[in-house]
Amino acid sequence: MGSYVPNTEEQREEMVATCGLSSTDDLFAVIPPEARVAHLDLPAGLSEMEVRAQMQAVADENVRFPSVFRGAGAYRHYIPAIVTSVTSKEEFVTAYTPYQAEISQGVLQSIFEYQTQICELTGMDSSNASVYDGTTAAAEAVLMCKGRTRTGVVLSGTTNPQVTAVVKTYCESRGVHVIVVPPAADLSTDVDALAAETGDDVAAVYVQSPNYYGVIEDVEAIVAVAHDHGAKVVMGFNPIALGMLRTPGEMGVDIAVGEGQPLGLPLSFGGPYLGIMCARHELMRKLPGRMVGETTDARGNRCYVLTLQAREQHIRREKASSNICSNEALCAMTASVYLAAMGPSGIRQVAESSAAHAHYLAERLAGVPGFSLRSSRPFFHEFLTECPTRADELVSALAGRGILAGLPVDDGILWCCTEMNTRSQIDALVAAVREVSAR
Amino acid sequence: MRLLFERSVPGRRAALVPELDVPAVRFDESLMRTRVPRLPELSEVDLSRHYTELAKQTHGVNDGFYPLGSCTMKYNPHVNEEIAALAGFTDIHPLQPVETAQGCLAVMWETQRDLQEILGMDAMTLQPAAGAHGEYTGLLLVRRYLQEREETDRTKIIVPDTAHGTNPASAVMAGFTVVSVPSNAQGGVDLDALRAAVGPDTAGLMLTNPNTLGLFDPDIVEICRIVHEAGGLCYYDGANLNAIMGQARPGDMGFDCTHVNLHKTFSTPHGGGGPGSGPVGCKDFLAKYLPGPIVVRRGDAYAFSQPEASMGRVRGFYGNFLVVVRALAYLKTLGARGVSEASVNAVLNARYVLKRLENSYSIPFGDSCMHEFVIDVGPLKDETGVSAMDVAKRLLDFGIHPPTMYFPLIVHEALMVEPTETEDKTTLDEFVTAMLQILDEAHEDGEKLHGAPFDCAIGRPDEVEAARHPKLRYEFSD
Repeated sequence: MGSYVPNTEEQREEMVATCGLSSTDDLFAVIPPEARVAHLDLPAGLSEMEVRAQMQAVADENVRFPSVFRGAGAYRHYIPAIVTSVTSKEEFVTAYTPYQAEISQGVLQSIFEYQTQICELTGMDSSNASVYDGTTAAAEAVLMCKGRTRTGVVLSGTTNPQVTAVVKTYCESRGVHVIVVPPAADLSTDVDALAAETGDDVAAVYVQSPNYYGVIEDVEAIVAVAHDHGAKVVMGFNPIALGMLRTPGEMGVDIAVGEGQPLGLPLSFGGPYLGIMCARHELMRKLPGRMVGETTDARGNRCYVLTLQAREQHIRREKASSNICSNEALCAMTASVYLAAMGPSGIRQVAESSAAHAHYLAERLAGVPGFSLRSSRPFFHEFLTECPTRADELVSALAGRGILAGLPVDDGILWCCTEMNTRSQIDALVAAVREVSAR
Repeated sequence: MRLLFERSVPGRRAALVPELDVPAVRFDESLMRTRVPRLPELSEVDLSRHYTELAKQTHGVNDGFYPLGSCTMKYNPHVNEEIAALAGFTDIHPLQPVETAQGCLAVMWETQRDLQEILGMDAMTLQPAAGAHGEYTGLLLVRRYLQEREETDRTKIIVPDTAHGTNPASAVMAGFTVVSVPSNAQGGVDLDALRAAVGPDTAGLMLTNPNTLGLFDPDIVEICRIVHEAGGLCYYDGANLNAIMGQARPGDMGFDCTHVNLHKTFSTPHGGGGPGSGPVGCKDFLAKYLPGPIVVRRGDAYAFSQPEASMGRVRGFYGNFLVVVRALAYLKTLGARGVSEASVNAVLNARYVLKRLENSYSIPFGDSCMHEFVIDVGPLKDETGVSAMDVAKRLLDFGIHPPTMYFPLIVHEALMVEPTETEDKTTLDEFVTAMLQILDEAHEDGEKLHGAPFDCAIGRPDEVEAARHPKLRYEFSD
């Protein structure tokens, strides 16, 4: 049995005596007998060597694909060595939320740097320190817009379905009704239908761009419609896309949210990920979660603290803007190191490479009978094609060749490329698709 | 310390990704960003030194004693970090076909099974990303249950005045209103007040046990019975589970659902404020409302299953998976005996520190604490002017992270001390020595302690100014 208890038996005996007890059993005398448990049915404890071997064996039961063409909310990008190295530093890993600023300037400054980088990347004015993931960021953002008379949300049907699901959960319990506007035939938001649904009771319009199908939305048209009706616009973004594409800030968006995983976080079977949330200045005090601000100490030195805490649960309790306490601080630091390592040219290069590979794949796949694109709209690094065979059979056949195919979606396949998908990988994929689908 | 942006030198860059091997794409100008983001331009050595400097100004569990009450800052084992970094976990896409991710599903299933056993629950979801997220999810179980029984006039959640701030905030997010019940003189739930508070509008009760005073409520079975008889459900806030794991189970006390903080009780690191993980367990009758998908075992294979009346999703994918990996490695290490040994030592350590301090500081709620206890600095403040804040700030000079300050709210000058089981007697004695020295200093020159800390990188920050004129991002000079 392993243990992380350092006290020796002798130390324990001394302590038991100091406490005036006869044995450690007395510590739990207050628990009523009917609530005591005599024995837990758990496996026996193991040595470190055994634990490591067992967990390695479990990890080995997963299939690691050398070639991944699947995104749909989780993206396999290159992670520079410096990112993992920095975020493995014990001080950052083992610290708590930086309540004590005097011994937490490192983590506080890193969050302040993260907030600044997110504002630069998105063109928005203020960022919080993170929320759980992109889906909860979207949900928290639409709830920020809720007003006394505005209790509805209009959500474009081109949104990632997991985002839609979480928004619906969060809205249902707060009495906010959600209208989902079905996508247009070209897989973009049906702006006319969206305008028709945006009545005076609508607090927020939610649109994702690039959307679930990879299509770059006409966000400015949606902003115009929403603002005409007095509703705010919440936009979901992919942070890598903003290396080149127009930012939510430039397009007049009120709150921008995104899944930060592409910024240096591994796929990790879905988590931990990073919920990015940023807003126009006027909405700063409505943002949920931690925020770090600059101030000075008693000696006049620049320093950083958790601030605007009057919004938060530990001060406001039932009147708080959200219940969030722990967030994803280390993931935010990961994103910050990633953005710092990449710099403005590096992030643009990753965006351009992802888009170029996706367009190359789309063009090559269009040459395979039955794999035409569903949409002719501009897309970033994901796109939906037809699939002439059963999609699950295609996925399974490609898996046998070490390729994780695109995700089966709406009887088609949603493909994704990043800078990791080299030309030779793409050529090999297309050859395999041609062969498998011709059977 | 210089900011990343102040270290930036135009033109500096690293070759991290290859040049294009396919034709470039040109989008219409109207789709392109017009302004280059002012991200820092740095070489790797700049970055390396920058973050080493930041690390030196960050206090983690590995830097020293961290008795931060209700946060369970226990040691985070290295082997768990190594296991969570295995490429066989980190490089797995969440939407891979399940037959290619059987290892991940096995991790989830085993963790669910072990946690259910520890909690005395029948079913579980790993989707919630933190404790507060778990509370919210648990309350949505209650909400769905009441909706299905058409008891939607049950709108009130009862929360004791000692509760964590997340409890009332989560209740409101889940669509309930909050009724606060006072504590009795012993620090437990006042049964008469509870009986008066329950009624046909009661949806449920949220309770931490041991509570934030570190006290196990001896009336716990009766408390759950009162709520159940009134038609409400009982939610166990698992934030303080470290005190009782292996000794008592929320399910046996009468609770219907609970969350557990993997980043507290199950040794996963806090990361400066996350990522955490807040799995939620429940009794059979609530299982069909859990968020989906959950992992089930069919023969030798694992699969995802959608609960039949699921509340939907509370997060993308399946939760903070790598945190779950660490927790499972911890559970495998401890086993049944280790789990119980951890709580015994957590309680013994807290009780020992309490005993060593009880003749010097005011400890208002008796001497039978569980894993944490609360010091009231109020009497010292009346006598010397030295507040809980002053004591906490002076502790920083000793390389000790202070206890949780000014919580729970019912003790105005509270310092909440939770040593955890991963500290030895020597460390606890050093803490006691520091606390006694501060007491002497308070009596000698209380005024001076208002200026503490004296040996930290910065002095006390001006928090009022920070909130009055929020500066949440770096202002570039260009």
